[in-house]
Amino acid sequence: MIILGIDTSCDDTSAGVVVGGTRVLSNVVQSQVKLHHPHGGVVPELASREHLKNIMPVVREALQKADVRMSDLDGIAVTVGPGLVGSLLVGLYYAKGLSYVHDIPLAAINHLEGHILSVFLEEEAPSFPFVALTVSGGHTSLYYVKGYGSYTQMGQTIDDAAGEAFDKVAKIFGLGYPGGAVIEKLAREGRRDIIKFPRAYLSKDSLDFSFSGLKTSVSLYTKKWREKKKANDDVVLADIAASFQESVVDVLIHKLMKAREEKGVEEVVVAGGVACNGRLRSRLSKDASSGDIKVYYPRPEYCTDNGAMIAAAGYHRLFHGERADLSMDVRSKYPVSDLLTLVSEP
Amino acid sequence: MKEECVIYRTRSAGETVDLGRQLGGFLKRGDVISLAGELGSGKTWFTKGVGLGLGIARNIIITSPTFSLVNEYEGRHTLFHLDAYRLESLTDFLAAGLDEYFYQEGVVVMEWADRWPEILPERRLNVEFVIKDEHSREITMSGYDPRAVEILKKMEKVKR
Repeated sequence: MIILGIDTSCDDTSAGVVVGGTRVLSNVVQSQVKLHHPHGGVVPELASREHLKNIMPVVREALQKADVRMSDLDGIAVTVGPGLVGSLLVGLYYAKGLSYVHDIPLAAINHLEGHILSVFLEEEAPSFPFVALTVSGGHTSLYYVKGYGSYTQMGQTIDDAAGEAFDKVAKIFGLGYPGGAVIEKLAREGRRDIIKFPRAYLSKDSLDFSFSGLKTSVSLYTKKWREKKKANDDVVLADIAASFQESVVDVLIHKLMKAREEKGVEEVVVAGGVACNGRLRSRLSKDASSGDIKVYYPRPEYCTDNGAMIAAAGYHRLFHGERADLSMDVRSKYPVSDLLTLVSEP
Repeated sequence: MKEECVIYRTRSAGETVDLGRQLGGFLKRGDVISLAGELGSGKTWFTKGVGLGLGIARNIIITSPTFSLVNEYEGRHTLFHLDAYRLESLTDFLAAGLDEYFYQEGVVVMEWADRWPEILPERRLNVEFVIKDEHSREITMSGYDPRAVEILKKMEKVKR
């Protein structure tokens, strides 16, 4: 089955063509990210207008790169939520139009299911059940994944997402965007153990995350550090970056491992933009080599928002006979627990 | 019109939430609350409180809308939690359709709303956060529209 996946849930317009839910023929992302942005954030000229401008060329390019025509497609998968309503509408209505005109089955996809299943676009993929950590600018959540369509949320951030903390700390430092890459690079030169920033483990059994206290702590520390910089203080900005990053990584790994133990599974998946963080990966691979756990990651281009992961999710839904009818609407809120479980595996 | 203002001092995130809860209890459909203050000054935690005051279930977690730009929660009234932090210009704000939320059936709480005050409805209540030290915040509520003054009169009775 050849599936076209479309995602317009946030800033990026993306489309990908995937065979059998695993083999990527193309993955095209029209990104709004501009480096060194003065305000330290994504430039969302985005919204509906940008998506509207981008959607046709992006889909056309995805089909061209995959060397398939509309008539070759067995299905179209499109993100219907969660996300910004105006942005989601562009993707959904375009997909509906294609589906209707070319008479191709349509699948309505939850963006978070796309992230959870993005790891199946890799040759090395986990087997069910596993625990997934999706960690990005907008999300920090833990899921117990029993099978396709069966996702139980075990924890989530109660304030800021981890990726958001990276971006905001980069802003506090007066550095550019994207914050994750900027902080990671700076942290390589710094000492991780020089400043003890708080680690919010919350209550003993909690699998929830909190990063706003850490952000505030880094902000106050940086302010004080700037003021007394003239004094003979050997702390440099890279030390603050490294200590901050270590605090985030400590908490992410602690909670991920706790969730894994709770469910008694050996395999874990880390997906989303922050999964690209080198320090997180090296710490996890150390854990993996010393114990009997196995960690899976999608490659960076499948970690950020993309159409290929939506196509992968769509493949399983269409394979099981799920069809979205043309009256389908977008959902700004859309918990993955609302999804239909796909019982048998293809 | 004369601007009214009430100043509070909170000593923990919990107290900031509680102040938000008191305000949330007085809010009705159409109210717009503009939040201003630097990173980490308590805007999101204050909004958690407003949500509680609006009767949003405790198990519904109000998180930062920085990336999503807007989060929606169902309570006694719908809460639209907006965030202008990562928008570059007023054009971006309008392109994202965020101004439409001011005219929806619900309560709007908007973070970083002081970036383009000209876009905000006059009936808004302004809330400004200043970090005094690690845990303590000075929170100033102000407004001059009759509706804002009405809310402030009620808030004056809240213990400071």
